[in-house]
Amino acid sequence: ERSNLAGVRHILLVLSGKGGVGKSTISTELALSLRHSGKKVGILDVDLCGPSIPRMFRVQDNDVHQCDSGWVPVFVDQDKSISLMSIGFLLEKPDDAVVWRGPKKNALIKQFVADVAWGDLDFLIVDTPPGTSDEHISTVEALRPYKPLGAILVTTPQAVAVGDVRRELTFCKKTGLRVLGIVENMSGFVCPHCSECTNIFSKGGGEELAKHAGVPFLGCVPLDPQLSQSLEEGRDFIREFPKSAAFPALAHIAQQILDGMSQPSS
Amino acid sequence: MAEAAGGPRPRECPGTSSAQAGRAAACQGCPNQRLCAAGAAAAEAAALRERLRGVRHTVLVLSGKGGVGKSTFSALLASGLAADEAKQVALLDIDICGPSIPKMMGLEGEQVHQSGSGWSPVYVEENLGVMSVGFLLSSPDDAVIWRGPKKNGLIKQFLRDVDWGEVDYLIVDTPPGTSDEHLSIVQYLGAAHIDGAVIVTTPQEVSLQDVRKEINFCHKVKLPIIGVVENMSGFICPKCKNESQIFPPTTGGAEKMCQNLNISLLGKVPLDPQIGRSCDKGQSFFSEAPESPAVSSYRSIIQRIQEYCDQHQFQEEKII
Repeated sequence: ERSNLAGVRHILLVLSGKGGVGKSTISTELALSLRHSGKKVGILDVDLCGPSIPRMFRVQDNDVHQCDSGWVPVFVDQDKSISLMSIGFLLEKPDDAVVWRGPKKNALIKQFVADVAWGDLDFLIVDTPPGTSDEHISTVEALRPYKPLGAILVTTPQAVAVGDVRRELTFCKKTGLRVLGIVENMSGFVCPHCSECTNIFSKGGGEELAKHAGVPFLGCVPLDPQLSQSLEEGRDFIREFPKSAAFPALAHIAQQILDGMSQPSS
Repeated sequence: MAEAAGGPRPRECPGTSSAQAGRAAACQGCPNQRLCAAGAAAAEAAALRERLRGVRHTVLVLSGKGGVGKSTFSALLASGLAADEAKQVALLDIDICGPSIPKMMGLEGEQVHQSGSGWSPVYVEENLGVMSVGFLLSSPDDAVIWRGPKKNGLIKQFLRDVDWGEVDYLIVDTPPGTSDEHLSIVQYLGAAHIDGAVIVTTPQEVSLQDVRKEINFCHKVKLPIIGVVENMSGFICPKCKNESQIFPPTTGGAEKMCQNLNISLLGKVPLDPQIGRSCDKGQSFFSEAPESPAVSSYRSIIQRIQEYCDQHQFQEEKII
């Protein structure tokens, strides 16, 4: 029997260790960037307590349906180029809290990995909650037979965030997950009134960490309130704000991943 | 009370009054197992209550959403309360995977010491003690890759084995979410008491949607909510002094949410780059940037929390 992940060409995880650095935002923007390069992308949201992905695509009220091979992912557009799975779709009410201990979370994650009928995808992006616990251990274990490409680690520049991301790097090493690179998010804010750039959350910590750990640095993404607004409202950011300071950074990150595909893996 | 079933004890029975009663490997299948386990749980609850007897007020700092500033707020709340040298303050960090408190309090590299009366908290000031898994790790790269049950075990140890002594305020910093750590801390501290929870959010809907879940969690476990703090609420450009909403409150921010849910909004704290810098350096933001508008926001919020705790105590005393 063909596994539900047999048609998925590449699996990438988006990790952090630190909460609130923009994992879901980067996952969403990366998916949109890859789609604009003509790829079919799925996003699997394994943040069971705080599922942010559905709202970013404005499909938070959608339901999930079953088919013969399992759950049908939610498509966000007519041409079905982006599909999603998240616990957000399974909740009766959006404010329902998922107050589960580890074992129950683990069981759902295994189902999410095995029972979603993704079909053929170029990329499956797995968005994770912060930490190095049940969700992360279970996701990596469940994905192992499908040989994920690797992980992108997201941080913000300040030391307090970098401190947690160092631990996530250790998690990757211990679980044999290849680190594709580090993204430094919320890296600088350009005042829309006077164009002065302020490093609200410091600067440079992500790049330094990448150097220290010997992993690729994929780039800095600046703070852009238009980006926050757009994602809040589920708009297609890449199409709407090509002039934004964050756009070139995001497109560059996506390009590095695509370039990595054309190279033989070490 | 159910009668104990008959039958011989298992060969390696740990003893019906031991801490392992009902839980040791030998207990599997013993007809008394459930009874023994319940008894052990009651004994454990009693031990926790005893250990926490000297704690007058306990405040949990929660969110649901990561990265909104729980640890920053916890650290500043503890420091703010400890500014009164007559108060004894304790800060417990139960974020096992991402312990930020040691760094923020300038205590990186410190280790925990054992004494006859248990683990000693690490003291920032004479009247401000801290405990975190960060003090048990030997390198900043060490990752704590534990599943739920092991995390719960450490949280229990933090409450049972740390010699907190007489404490006016115990502040508990939590990780994001509504999972093992949150269930466990409410369960274990329930043996003593919790004054309530302060919930931290940022203005945008992506945070509020997680915070509403956290509020539901509090209702489910009957944890009183002291109020909500809206962090990163507006940024003043240091050059032109104009305000920008970096995290725009597209659905009305914490204010609207609190109105809808009938919860107190304790205050709004603006984004000030000096906050992050002080945390990174492990120095008190209050002393580093006393002129910042964020300082007065924090002070007013801390005062409201103190008032709530004092009222709460007064009511308890009335009942007694």
